[in-house]
Parts: sequence; structure tokens; C-alpha cells
Amino acid sequence: MTDPHPREPGTPVLELRQLTRVHGTGVTAVHALRGIDLTVRTGEFVAVMGPSGSGKSTLLTLAGGLDTATEGHVLVEGRDLGALGRAQLAKVRRTHIGYVFQDYNLIPALTAAENIALPRELDGTSTRVARREALAALEEIGLPEVAERFPDEMSGGQQQRVAIARALVGDRRLVLADEPTGALDSETGEAVLALLRRRCDEGAAVVLVTHESRYAAWADRLVFLRDGRIVDESAAGTAESLLAGEAAR
Amino acid sequence: MSIRYGLLALLESGPRYGSQLRTEFESRTGATWPLNIGQVYTTLQRLERDGLITPEGGGDAKQQLYAITDTGRRELGEWFARPVDRTQPARDELAIKLAMAVGTPGVDVSEIIQAQRRHTLTAMQGYTRLKARALAAGPDTSDEMAWLLVLEQLIFFAEAENRWLDHCEARLVRYAKDRRGGVGAAGTRPGPTAGPDDPPDEAADHATTAARRSETAP
Repeated sequence: MTDPHPREPGTPVLELRQLTRVHGTGVTAVHALRGIDLTVRTGEFVAVMGPSGSGKSTLLTLAGGLDTATEGHVLVEGRDLGALGRAQLAKVRRTHIGYVFQDYNLIPALTAAENIALPRELDGTSTRVARREALAALEEIGLPEVAERFPDEMSGGQQQRVAIARALVGDRRLVLADEPTGALDSETGEAVLALLRRRCDEGAAVVLVTHESRYAAWADRLVFLRDGRIVDESAAGTAESLLAGEAAR
Repeated sequence: MSIRYGLLALLESGPRYGSQLRTEFESRTGATWPLNIGQVYTTLQRLERDGLITPEGGGDAKQQLYAITDTGRRELGEWFARPVDRTQPARDELAIKLAMAVGTPGVDVSEIIQAQRRHTLTAMQGYTRLKARALAAGPDTSDEMAWLLVLEQLIFFAEAENRWLDHCEARLVRYAKDRRGGVGAAGTRPGPTAGPDDPPDEAADHATTAARRSETAP
């Protein structure tokens, strides 16, 4: 494999422009986001950090088209989500955006394979092809044995990995993950991050919301939110410069 | 101290030359704490003086083969059995810096916290990449496993530092609010915002400066 963290900027997958979200009106209005500008490109892994109430989850729900901005724009692969009708938005969400929730959100009455195949079938892929894709996705995340299991027959770590497989199946290039490691033990959490990292290295754009620095450290770029604003950003130093610095001391 | 026992531990596997000990120490710890060869020879001389190792065969200092003695083996066993002392913490520059910043006029504590958090996280990103690489490659040997454990120690310690920084920030913001509310006592809910004539308090002032800036930043 070549450099797993290419420095060449890719094409923009997610663009947030002057994004603002206000809940309520008048004196009780709460400014969840205040004019956020952020671009995430192919092959880029961005972690959004901040204390609770800083707006990080709001940012993600807007980016995923699950909520509507008060002002500003969300562009996913060039499409302005605010300009789309309901049906079009649902289609973009199914075909372009993979969303990973803290509590997995798998459908309890469907098996792992059926959960993964569902968004593809809704998109018109034949059941047979969708199932084949789902099995391949399970193979890829190292869980072929859970294909016929229902969510309540899987561990939390397995459910989250299935949820990630569901978020990635098809050719979706934007993956949004909201505290995906929240309920997992340290080693399983890491397996989830390794999976996101790999998809990113294969060309997906990933936005991870987390308050845990150990998981944020898997990202290429860190964005710090406070009170609905980006207050700081940092890019990754390379591992090489890190140890060279140590050795020079 | 740790170099002394580190070398002794390596000699437990059989006699070694000084240069060999240096290479093995670094490969087991991923060159996280690089040794210069002078340090190795000085340490070996002290170990020999204390009867923990003994030279084998002839040769000059640089071509000298060393072996562990029974005394050395006993002392190594005691080292492994004894917990590392955490009751006498080494001076920590960051803790000292924050302690000083809280009482120094004109210093923005939250700015110091954020700059440190960014730096520590950047270091963690680097360690995490090395770790991802180490995991992808194995670990297959005990040297690779040792290196992975050291790397994860760096990650966990950096994480602990970040959690402490998050905590410091939250505590200072709350302290500032309590002061502004004129309540002061810990654990009480802040009252309505008081006027600008409140008694000034350094820590509260610095924290509120930052809070104000983040409210008004473009």
C-alpha cells in the first residue's frame, strides 16, 4: 500500500457555509450553531470536538440532512440540501450519506444482512444484488458470521460495526458518525475507528463527533467547537516528525 | 534508574555487548527514549561496580561482553516485583504552568488550556498513526508487542491529560460564573448576573475573558 494518509487535497464532499441553527425564537432562542464554515474532502477524516452543548451533534444532523438550517448552506458533493424536496433529500441521504448513530439504530425485526441491504433495496437494487453486497460488506468488516442474526443477538460492538457497514454500503462517500464508540469498550471502540479510518483511506470523507480524544486522534484534522462556533482547528503532524523530535532532544 | 534495570533485564536473556544492548532497548521501546552509547557504557560500568553484571572474555570497553550475576538477577526480580513509585510525583511543567497562570494578572488560562489541548492531540494523532501501523503489521514478536504497549501508554497518558484539561476548563468557567453571580460558594447555583462592580478575581476574570471572546468571535 502507498501512503495511507495522502496529503493531496481531494474534492469537496461536504461543504458547510455560514451554517446557523437557532432553536426557538425571541428571548428563548438558543443559538446551537453560529455561522460554521467547514469543508471536508475525499479521503479526509475530521473529528469534531467540544463540550456538551457546543453544537457538535447539531452540526452533524444538519450535515446529514436530518435537520434544517436556520441560515446558511449544506452542500453534499455539490448538492445544496436546502434546495432539495423531501423525496430528493431522502434519496441523497440514502445514496450519498452514511450516518452512524451512538445507539446503532438497527431495525430490530431485520437480520444484520437485511439491515445492510435495506437502503440499497429502497434505491431500486434487486434483493439478490443487495444481499450479495451486504454479505460482502459483512465480510469486509470481519463479521461474516452475524449475517443471519438479529440485532438483539449481537453484542454492542457487533451491532455498531454492522451499522457502519450499512452506512457504507453502495458508493456513499460521506460518512457521519455521532459518538459511535459511546457505549463500547476501549478495544471494540478502536475496531470501529479502524474501520472508519480504512474507509477514509479508500476515499470516503468522514466526520466524527466525539468528546474522547483517544478516538479523535484517529482523524486527520480536528475541529474544536465552543458555543456553536469553530474556535480552533488543527491538522495532524506526521508520526515521523514526532519521533525525530524526540530523538533530537 | 529505568535504564539500569532495562539493561539488566536484557542481560537476563544472555550476555550482550554494549552496542547490542542499546539496539535491543530501542527496538523494544520503539526508540521512544533513545539511548546514547555513552549512557549505556556509563550504566554498564556502574552495574559492574555494584556487582550486578560481570565482564566476560577479554577486549576493550567497546568490545566487552557482559553477563548478569546472581546478585543482578536477584535485584532484577525485586525490581519487577516492586511497584513503580507514584507517591513522589515528578515536577510536571503543565500543572505548574496552570497553577501559576491562575494567579497571574493578564494571563488567559483558557487560552493556555486550548493551546495545550491542541498540541497534545496532535501528538496523539501521531502516536495513533504509529499504533495503526503497528497493529496492521502484527504484533508478531515480543519486541513488536513491547513497542505497542509503550505506544499505548503514550496515548493513554495524553488522553488523561486532555481529560484533565477539559475538566480544568469546565471548572474555571463555572467558578467564573459563580463569582459573577456573587454566590461564590462551591456547589451553589449561580444567581443572576451581577453588575460590573463585582470584586475582581483573577481566575474568574481570565475565564470570563475567554468566555466573552468566544461569544463575540466573528
